[in-house]
Amino acid sequence: MPTRLTLKDHFFESRLIFSRVIGLLVIAGILCLVLFSRLLYLQVIAHEHYRTLSEDNRVKLQPIPPNRGLIYDRNGILLAENLPSYRLEITPEQIDDMDVTLNELGKIIEIRDIDRTRFEQLRVRKPGFESIPLLFNLSDTDVARFSVNRHRFPGVDITAGLARHYPLGPLAAHAIGYVSRIDEQALKELDTSNYRGTTHSGKIGIEKTYETLLHGTVGLQQVETTAQGRVLRVLNRVAPVSGRNLFLTLDSRVQRTAEAALGEYSGSAIAIDPNNGDVLAFVSLPSYDPNLFVNGIDIADYQALRDNDRRPLFNRALRGQYPPGSTIKPFMGLAGLELGVTSSHSSTYCPGFYTLPGNERKYRDWKRTGHGTVKLGLAIMQSCDVYFYDLALSLGIDNIHNYLSHFGFGRASGIDIIGELSGLLPSREWKRRRHNQPWFPGETIITGIGQGFFLVTPLQLAIATAALANNGRILQPNIVHAEQAANSSALTPYPPRLLETITINQQHNWDEVIGAMTEAVHNQRGTAYRIGKDSPYRIAGKTGTAQVFGLKEDEKYDASALDEKLRDHALFIAFAPADEPKIAVAVVVENGGGGGSVAAPIARRIMDAYLIGDTTP
Amino acid sequence: MSSVFTRHREDASQRGWQYRAHIDVPLLLALVSACAYGLVILYSAGGGIRIVEQQVLRLALAFTCMLLVAQVPPRLLQRLTPWAFVTGVLLLLAVQLFGEISGGAQRWLDLYVVRFQPSELMKLAVPMMVAWYLADARLPPNRWQLLAAAILIAVPMLLIVKQPDLGTALLIASSGFFVLFLAGLQWRLLAFCALLLAAAMPVIWHLMHDYQRQRVITLLNPESDPLGSGYHIIQSKIAIGSGGLFGKGWLNGTQSQLDFLPERHTDFIFAVLGEEFGFLGILLLFGIYATVVVRGMMITLQAQDTFTRLLAGSISMTFCVYFIVNTGMVSGLLPVVGLPLPMISYGGTSIVTLMAGFGMLMSIQTHRKLLAT
Repeated sequence: MPTRLTLKDHFFESRLIFSRVIGLLVIAGILCLVLFSRLLYLQVIAHEHYRTLSEDNRVKLQPIPPNRGLIYDRNGILLAENLPSYRLEITPEQIDDMDVTLNELGKIIEIRDIDRTRFEQLRVRKPGFESIPLLFNLSDTDVARFSVNRHRFPGVDITAGLARHYPLGPLAAHAIGYVSRIDEQALKELDTSNYRGTTHSGKIGIEKTYETLLHGTVGLQQVETTAQGRVLRVLNRVAPVSGRNLFLTLDSRVQRTAEAALGEYSGSAIAIDPNNGDVLAFVSLPSYDPNLFVNGIDIADYQALRDNDRRPLFNRALRGQYPPGSTIKPFMGLAGLELGVTSSHSSTYCPGFYTLPGNERKYRDWKRTGHGTVKLGLAIMQSCDVYFYDLALSLGIDNIHNYLSHFGFGRASGIDIIGELSGLLPSREWKRRRHNQPWFPGETIITGIGQGFFLVTPLQLAIATAALANNGRILQPNIVHAEQAANSSALTPYPPRLLETITINQQHNWDEVIGAMTEAVHNQRGTAYRIGKDSPYRIAGKTGTAQVFGLKEDEKYDASALDEKLRDHALFIAFAPADEPKIAVAVVVENGGGGGSVAAPIARRIMDAYLIGDTTP
Repeated sequence: MSSVFTRHREDASQRGWQYRAHIDVPLLLALVSACAYGLVILYSAGGGIRIVEQQVLRLALAFTCMLLVAQVPPRLLQRLTPWAFVTGVLLLLAVQLFGEISGGAQRWLDLYVVRFQPSELMKLAVPMMVAWYLADARLPPNRWQLLAAAILIAVPMLLIVKQPDLGTALLIASSGFFVLFLAGLQWRLLAFCALLLAAAMPVIWHLMHDYQRQRVITLLNPESDPLGSGYHIIQSKIAIGSGGLFGKGWLNGTQSQLDFLPERHTDFIFAVLGEEFGFLGILLLFGIYATVVVRGMMITLQAQDTFTRLLAGSISMTFCVYFIVNTGMVSGLLPVVGLPLPMISYGGTSIVTLMAGFGMLMSIQTHRKLLAT
């Protein structure tokens, strides 16, 4: 470079630069000190605080849902189980082209549009590394097909879980109930901390009543996760406690026989062991397949069930309220004897109808020609209405109400299935409260043959029959007789519980009534002789026919001319063996017609199944 | 001239190989240790060897670049300065017109072969230009010279602010400022500028992009949006704080290994260092950085003419700004601006520019003539 004359003061410049360099270093030093004090604050003074925060970041608690308890019948036959269920899951971040993958998969396993839509919806909401279910409840064939082709589908996997299954399908569905996916409503009732990780809860039936026992206790694992929630390893684990297994009092053979015996009828049948309150059969027909509800029922399936005229979702055993009809007569007779209003020797003349003094209204007997002179025994055996019109009037509604309420009519039994209705045992007080009207004598008369306001549930009828069989001792009806911890063979039995003992004034009054009921079955002139003539054991029973609508005074009942829905309900109550009762049965057949012809044979088959193991249809 | 020549030859033999190769050994050692330390941290932050391999390639390129620049005599650098500056400004304009938009900012120029960021060039061209302008002036500069210098700084800076790339603009402004400061910028003028800046704050606030404003708000109160803009800073504070005095150990930082720390191998790598190696690990890094800065300042003091003095001082101090701003931002003292931690963070063309700057320092140091004392 050609030298140029510079007027620079090099000495001055050096000094200037030197001072400026020192100045900059001092400033930089100060800044570094500020930085260090910040770091000392973070790393030394507030270290504990930030260490806690980073632990909280890193460690998450994950729930491990417990296995739901199993449900068995009294003989150890499985009624509700947990089946391995295979789901097809896809991890989107491992898929290059989702459309191609789905199309290829569709060639192996059927993928419905609805599955695809649901998958796409979930996919938007979840992080890419989290697997998303595409198909539920894969069949073994599907699993096998996919497994062979698995190598072609990285990122697609089959995972196994447990799903509730009811192997017997509709059998006893109204007793067992079902589980379904937890929804908003269920969340309000459940202890959310125990249900973290649980997807299903009992909705109805035993599954609901015993939800707490069946569910078990949630387990927890401490896991180390990434910021996105991906689990890296398990640090600590508290195992879940599986739900308890339940052993029902139901006998699935008896249940099956009872359901078969009812056949195409709508109705209900309850069988109880009078000695301990065990419910042996709990039938409400038509039934439904509870498996439909477990993973969300199709709208079409649900509409079909809901709109069905025969109302398969309606629990008739618990909630069906029917006039007891003539099945109430043994109880009425007992009331008359025990309260001293009548005796086994006093008789009433039956001309085929009954009138109140000073009133022209005729209360008809089912037998137009009349029974002639009848005593209590014959009145029960032949189901004479006039005798009981007269007896009811003599008893008066207050006595009827008081005495019959001992048998459990008019109040819920407290059986361990939720949703029970209490029927209606009418009284003056009730009528005033409900209708704001006084009680009329005519209403007493028809109460005497179980018509009018009187309503019972099939379960109540069975309980009252059991009380009759058990000499006035009413046991709490049970549908669960024992529970069992998972992985244990020891059963914890639920002891029978005596609810009430009806005071007996004269034992022979009871014997008289039971004897008359036995005659009704085994005497040629009895209303249920049809089932008694070839019975290997003695049965005490009473038929009943409950009017669905009232006939006019001079109208004749003609079943064939009536619409099926207006036909009489057929009822039958019985217990057997008559001298040493082991089973008490109540059968209600909606629009079945005659108690003796329709309901009694059903009861007989139930008793046969239980007493002599005859389950042939 | 011949006497100078002979003396030079004699001295060359005395001074040894590093002068012939134009390498400043203390600076090189400090830089190599910083990069080695960086690779160790990067291995942990990036979760594997692949990312380290790529970084090694990039560092090799950067070091080569440094050694090449070191061969260029300062005189030549000085002569090339105006051309580099003008080219740089034109390229910045080109970016404004034809640049590629990437991540919401227009910073790149697609040259078909490589994508090129002209603002990187300006990181060196601006201090060189100001130093070139003041090289023949009598120091300290008078007010007209200051004004001219301020324009030389402001033009590229505004173009870069507009991209927008606040971090780089800040670095370029400070590198130009350091030249002026070293040249003897009066203290009272400095105070006046500071006041002016403070007064202009509302205007600047108004001109800022929404995301930039958000960053300032986040700095003041990160908990206001813990999952949004505050997330980075909260997580990096947790990482550093939980590291404590001695750290959780290499590869054992839960914040960094479990993905809680965002951008942990780039701008926020300092938090990984703080978490895994603790306060002591940070002190070590600062020790290395301090060595680089102090060595740079020694070179500045030993430089023989105005251009090299101003340039060397500016390069060293800009480096200082670099790591103070990054660490201040990661530890929650400064708002988040996109500046990497020099020589540690993964990627970026910035490492090449940085090393080229150090190459200039080496050139300045090793091309000195020995003067009779």
